[in-house]
Amino acid sequence: MELLRFATAGSVDDGKSTLIGRLLYDTKAIFQDQLEAVERTSVQMGNEYTNLALLTDGLRAEREQGITIDVAYRYFATPRRKFIIADTPGHIQYTRNMVTGASTADLALVLVDVRKGVVEQSRRHAFLASLLRIPHLVVCVNKMDLVDFDRDAYENVKAEFRDFAMKLNVSDLTFIPVSALHGDNIVERSLNTPWYEGTSLLHHLEEVHIASDRNLVDARFPVQYVIRPQTDEHHDYRGYAGTVVGGVFKPGDEVMVLPSGFTSTIASVEAGSAGGVGTVDEAFAPMSVTIRLTDDLDVSRGDMICRPNNQPSAGQDIDAMVCWMSEASSLAPRMKLAIKHTTRSARAMVTDLAYRLDVNTLHRDEAATSLGLNEIGRVSLRCTQPLFFDEYRRNRATGSFVLIDETTNATVAAGMILGGGA
Amino acid sequence: MTATFSRSSYELSHLGFLEAESIHVFREVAAEFERPCLLFSGGKDSIVMLRLAVKAFAPARLPFPVMHVDTGHNFPEVIEFRDRCLAEAGARLVVASVQQSIDEGRVAEETGPRASRNRLQTTTLLDAVTEHGFDSLFGGARRDEEKARAKERVYSFRDEFGQWDPKNQRPEVWSLYNGRIRRGEHIRVFPISNWTELDIWQYIQREGVEIPSVYYAHERPVFERDGMLLAESPFVERLPGEDVATRRVRYRTVGDMSCTGAVESVATTIDEVIDEVSATRITERGATRADDRVSEAAMEDRKKEGYF
Repeated sequence: MELLRFATAGSVDDGKSTLIGRLLYDTKAIFQDQLEAVERTSVQMGNEYTNLALLTDGLRAEREQGITIDVAYRYFATPRRKFIIADTPGHIQYTRNMVTGASTADLALVLVDVRKGVVEQSRRHAFLASLLRIPHLVVCVNKMDLVDFDRDAYENVKAEFRDFAMKLNVSDLTFIPVSALHGDNIVERSLNTPWYEGTSLLHHLEEVHIASDRNLVDARFPVQYVIRPQTDEHHDYRGYAGTVVGGVFKPGDEVMVLPSGFTSTIASVEAGSAGGVGTVDEAFAPMSVTIRLTDDLDVSRGDMICRPNNQPSAGQDIDAMVCWMSEASSLAPRMKLAIKHTTRSARAMVTDLAYRLDVNTLHRDEAATSLGLNEIGRVSLRCTQPLFFDEYRRNRATGSFVLIDETTNATVAAGMILGGGA
Repeated sequence: MTATFSRSSYELSHLGFLEAESIHVFREVAAEFERPCLLFSGGKDSIVMLRLAVKAFAPARLPFPVMHVDTGHNFPEVIEFRDRCLAEAGARLVVASVQQSIDEGRVAEETGPRASRNRLQTTTLLDAVTEHGFDSLFGGARRDEEKARAKERVYSFRDEFGQWDPKNQRPEVWSLYNGRIRRGEHIRVFPISNWTELDIWQYIQREGVEIPSVYYAHERPVFERDGMLLAESPFVERLPGEDVATRRVRYRTVGDMSCTGAVESVATTIDEVIDEVSATRITERGATRADDRVSEAAMEDRKKEGYF
C-alpha cells in the first residue's frame, strides 16, 4: 500500500478541524475512547458542539487557549492508501510551523470559506505550499451549505484563486466544493452539487498520482554512515549507508564520489527487506540502503555518491530562500551560523540579504536589513566547505538545509537553495 | 525474499517507507552522537525498534548498548524473552533497576491499591543516563499513541533535568535533524514516530519476528478496575469487590504489570491479532494504560518531568 503525506493549514474559522475530524471519523480513524474524551472535555469547556479540534490540539496550552500552536501528526488509512496528515496552525505567527509541516508533504490542502473568498490567509497558505514545492495543491471551497451550494459562488472563488496561483509555481491545482460540517464531497460525491464533475476529497487523496513526483533522474546518495563490522566473518566489509535522495542506483553502475572525484563501480546494493537485509537489484528514493563499491576509496559521512555524467553543483556560495524560525534573534548580513545540508555539516556566513518577502502580498522589500521570526527572504551564504547541492525545485533533499545558532544550538532557519552564488 | 519493492513503478510500500525513514534516523544518531543507547522493554514496539536497528547497521553489530528500565513488576514471560532476543541480536544489555533506586532512597515507593512504579521510572532512567553518560536515547514512542506524543519531534530535546518543553521544540524540517547539545543535555530519539499500532503488527507479521506470548490470547486470572482488566499479581493490592476471575485475554501493550490492562481476545496467531486490531474502536493506550487516565494531560505532564 502506498503512503501519502499531506499538510493542512488553517484556523478554527476555516473549518479545518471539522474537515480533518470528518475525514478521520468517516475512515474510522477516530476511536471511541478518543471521541468520548473529546465530548467530555467539550462539555466541560462549555462548547455547544463536540469540538473536534480537541482531537489534534493535544498540548495543555493549546487546549487552554483554544488554538493550534504546533504541528500535530495524524494517521488514517483506507483500503487504497495510508495517510499522514501534518495538521498545522494557520495564523501568520505560526508560519514556521506551517513550513515544518509542509517540508515533507506530497500534497497541501488549503481551505477557503466560499462566503469570504480568497483572503490573505489563503494566499499565504498557497504561497508557502508553492515555496516548499509541495507538488499537489487542493483547494477545498468550504461552507458550500451556507450559500445553498450555489455554483456561481464556487466558480467565483475558483477563478479568484486561479488568478493568484498563476503567480506561483503550482503544478497541480484541484478545486473541490465541500461542506466539512455536513460531509458534502468529503468521502462521497454530494447530491447537492450535481454541477460538480470532480471527485470527492477522499477519492482525490486516494487517487492523486504521487509516484512521479520523485526525482528518478539525478542519482544522489549522501553518505550517512560507514559500516565496517571489524569481525572475522566480515573482515573486509566496507559499506556506505544512507538514504537515496534522487535517481536510481544499480549494481554495475559507474559512480563518482564527491568531493574526491574518484570513480568506481557499484558492487552491490543492500537494503532491508522482509525478514532481514539482502541485496536488491536497484535502489531509489526514499530507500535507506548500503552501497558497496568495487574499489577501496576514502569515503566518509558528508560525501556524495552520484554519476560521473550527472553531478550536483558544488560550491561554497549559495543563494537561497530562507524562513527565519527564531524569536530570540534575527538574520542579518555578516551573521555566522552552523549549516546542515544533507549529511554534511559546515559553518556559513550570511553575505547578503537581497530582499524580504511579504508572504501576503509577495512584495519584495529590498531595503530590508534583517529577517525576524516567521519572515522569509532571499539570502546569499558563504560556507566553510563546499556543499553538493541541486536547486530545491529540482530536488527537495539536496536543495534544502537548516541553519543552527551555534550559541543556543537552536534550529533558526529552513533554507531552499535557488542556485550557486557569486 | 519477498517483493518489498515493486520494481516497475519504483513504488515503496508503506512499510518499506516507514522502515526506510526509521533506519535513516538510527544511522543519523549513530553518526552524530558519541553515546547513544536503545531503550528496550520487551514490548512489541521495542522489538520492532531492535529489528530496525539491527537492519540499519548489518552486517555490523549494534554500535550502542540496549537499556531496560526494570520496574521489577514484569511479566516473567517478557524477561525471559528479552534475554533471548538480545542474545540473538548480539546486543549488550544495561539494566536500570527501579528497585535499586528505591533501595538507595532515590525514590519512595507509592503505597495503596493504586500504587505504581510507573512514575518512579523517570528517576531511574535519568540516573542511568547520567551514570553512563548517554547523550541520546532511542525510544519506541509513536505519535498515534497519545495526543501529547502527536506533537513531539523525532529528535526530542531534553535539558539537564531530562525535561521536555513542548512550547520550545526545535523546528524539524525535511529529514534534517538537529542533534546539537551541551554537556548534560540529551536527545530522546523516536525513530518509529510515524508508525501506527497496525503498522507495528503488520511489520511483525511481515518480518516473522517472535513476540512474547502475552501478546496472544491466553487464560489468565484477572480482575476489573476502571473498565480495565488487570492481571492478578503480587504487585497489585486489590480493592474490595475486585474479584479475580480467569478470562481469555491478550495484551496490546506490555509494560509494568501494575498498570497495564489486558483485553479479552481469542487471537492466537499474528493474523488473528491483526484482524482484532483492525476492527477495534478503542485506542491502545485508552484500553490498556492506567497511567494515562490520571488526567487529560497526564502524558504531557510526565514527559515534562523526563518520562520516556
